[in-house]
Amino acid sequence: MNWLLRGGRVVDPASKLDAVQDVLVKDGKIARLGVGIPADNAKVLDVSGKVVAPGFIDMHVHLREPGREDEETMETGSAAAAAGGFTSIAVMPNTDPWNDSQSITEYIVSQAKARSTVNVFPIGCISKQGKGEELAEIGDMVKSGIVAVSDDGHPVSSSHLMRMALEYTRIFDLPVIDHCEERSLSHGGVMHEGYHSTVLGLRGVPSAAEEIMVARDLILAEMTGGRIHIAHLSTKKSMELVREAKAKGIRATCEVTPHHFALTDAAVADSGYDTNTKMNPPLREEEDRLALLSGIGDGTVDAIASDHAPHTPIEKELEFDQAPFGILGLETSVALSLDRLFHAGRVDLTRLVSLYTTGPARVLNLPRGTLAIGSMADITVLDLNRVMEVSVSAFRSKCRNAPYQGWKLKGAPILTLVGGRIVFDGRS
Amino acid sequence: MTPETGFRLRHKHLLGIEPLESEEIRLILDTAESFLEISTRPIKKVPTLRGRTIVNLFMEPSTRTRSSFEIAQKRLSADSLNLSSSSSSATKGESLIDTAKNLEAMAPDMIVLRHPAAGAAHLLARVCRSSIINAGDGAHEHPTQALLDAFTMRQKKGRIQGLEVAIVGDLLHSRVLRSNVFLLRKLGAKVRASGPPTLVPPGLDRLGVDVKTRIEEALEGADVVMMLRVQKERMVHGAFPSLREYFNLYGLTKARMKQAKHDAIVMHPGPMNRGVEIAAEVADGSTSVILDQVTNGVAVRMAVLYLLSGGAVGELAA
Repeated sequence: MNWLLRGGRVVDPASKLDAVQDVLVKDGKIARLGVGIPADNAKVLDVSGKVVAPGFIDMHVHLREPGREDEETMETGSAAAAAGGFTSIAVMPNTDPWNDSQSITEYIVSQAKARSTVNVFPIGCISKQGKGEELAEIGDMVKSGIVAVSDDGHPVSSSHLMRMALEYTRIFDLPVIDHCEERSLSHGGVMHEGYHSTVLGLRGVPSAAEEIMVARDLILAEMTGGRIHIAHLSTKKSMELVREAKAKGIRATCEVTPHHFALTDAAVADSGYDTNTKMNPPLREEEDRLALLSGIGDGTVDAIASDHAPHTPIEKELEFDQAPFGILGLETSVALSLDRLFHAGRVDLTRLVSLYTTGPARVLNLPRGTLAIGSMADITVLDLNRVMEVSVSAFRSKCRNAPYQGWKLKGAPILTLVGGRIVFDGRS
Repeated sequence: MTPETGFRLRHKHLLGIEPLESEEIRLILDTAESFLEISTRPIKKVPTLRGRTIVNLFMEPSTRTRSSFEIAQKRLSADSLNLSSSSSSATKGESLIDTAKNLEAMAPDMIVLRHPAAGAAHLLARVCRSSIINAGDGAHEHPTQALLDAFTMRQKKGRIQGLEVAIVGDLLHSRVLRSNVFLLRKLGAKVRASGPPTLVPPGLDRLGVDVKTRIEEALEGADVVMMLRVQKERMVHGAFPSLREYFNLYGLTKARMKQAKHDAIVMHPGPMNRGVEIAAEVADGSTSVILDQVTNGVAVRMAVLYLLSGGAVGELAA
């Protein structure tokens, strides 16, 4: 099927384009951009008054396959992604078994091809079984399509191993994504250490647990010339460290999650210990949240990533201490960004789109994130004025663990195309 | 100021002191006064809660709190059921919510919960129809302890307002500290706290607590000295090198008590580690009100049970 997206405001940061134009999609590729393109045999999609952007990329997703299909599957995860406006997701390797070898990578790629409606880019392990001891066979996994390595969920505690990873991945120009956490400081912690953890009597995780590892990783990246990407950066000092490192020319990038820029640790108290406010890194303080907004605004932050982490109600409906870390994010990420970043005046539309397109595409070396002629017709259409009320029971995800029930957000994805196929249609 | 006749608690549950208004706290303390006398009678029983069913769900070891609740329930003629973690299905992997829902199916009126996780009582309050009484949740709150502490202070000092209260020990892990801080600040007492900096949580100053690093500074001019239990596990956690050194630096001795006012009282929520946080001669000395706290605990818990059952001032059965 060929499509003519007519009359939308086309925002493509990669081409420095922001203008009302038509987009012609032919044979799954972007065929033409311009004003007044004739439809010919293409079906017309009227997107006047809407924003047409390159397909959005979420570079930090836990798809749970293989091993935890009770939490999420290729079908449900990709449906959630498509409904959230994403055409591509990069999936973390902490599955069961971990994605630490070529055969698992191939399994994920083949399953995604058969059952996912969006593009799935696997991330391989840094170390065998994510144990943090010896390097996984990264070269083999690269052959099968991994776009980065990470032991996400586990920090890389050994500085030696992190050095090896940063040096070894230079062969493939692959980024090393680190979940920065100094475990001897965070041990037993379930929320941010501060006033609210004191009042609630919950064990705290100090900001320093993240910052020490961010500093270590940046020092090692400078020493090795490797590429470090800081996952779910959450504190003010971490942001300062990355900003300085970038200014010095260190090959460092970072991502921020919507929950860290939209919420603070006060949410744990306000919700009366709702375990949907428990994630790792934890929700931080207001000054951290403001620092994340500054980093998003000034270009220090490369990508907004959801850290979509499905957990079943059985797992989450426990005492706060015992519930697992993590919340859903695919179906609320873009709406939260439009409401809290764009409409709040923190970023303009081009910057917002780049945080979901050119930003993550550059980090992961993906040939995606642009509407340039000849590129894959991965397209995200946004309605900047649609107000959506979050209803977790309406999620496509298999799980319901999100803290946004009832939130009214202005701006939402309404149409998603992957390779020229409509995978989500939320118009009307 | 005495509440008017008919004044009731505005809460269905007692999850902590933090959500209570100061007049509600006074109501509980005043009601406890009228219950105190019952325990001195030859027949220590009134029919106030006859026909009510109360479940005591204790998922963590407890001697004092548990027996105090049980005795309070018996003296009010309530029917009570006692479950502990070893006798409950928790050992078979049943979740707290499932345990509570099953108990609820037998239609109790109240559940008294002791649990090692902060927020466990909140979790039950969300899913249960019964009134939930928090009998200690992790390091969060232990509201009936703070109420009996306040009752004892009022009994011995005649007031709470303006008292200088020193709280010393493991501040980081103490639910007794938190509940006492909320209560004492609401009723106008001044609170100083002291403990090794390794056991002081952040943000206590925002709760109106004057944190002193050295115990002597905290004790100076105090009307009330409240010692908190120090657990051996904390030493393993690395917060201090030895119990001996802890006692040398933070133990309450007769000599240190001289810093406090001459008529200062000594309190401890128990269980006590003699020779760790408190010297035996102080614990057993004339200024100690530790056993009065235990006695008052029964009256305070009777008051809480009565008020949460819908009781009001001036309606007490004789």
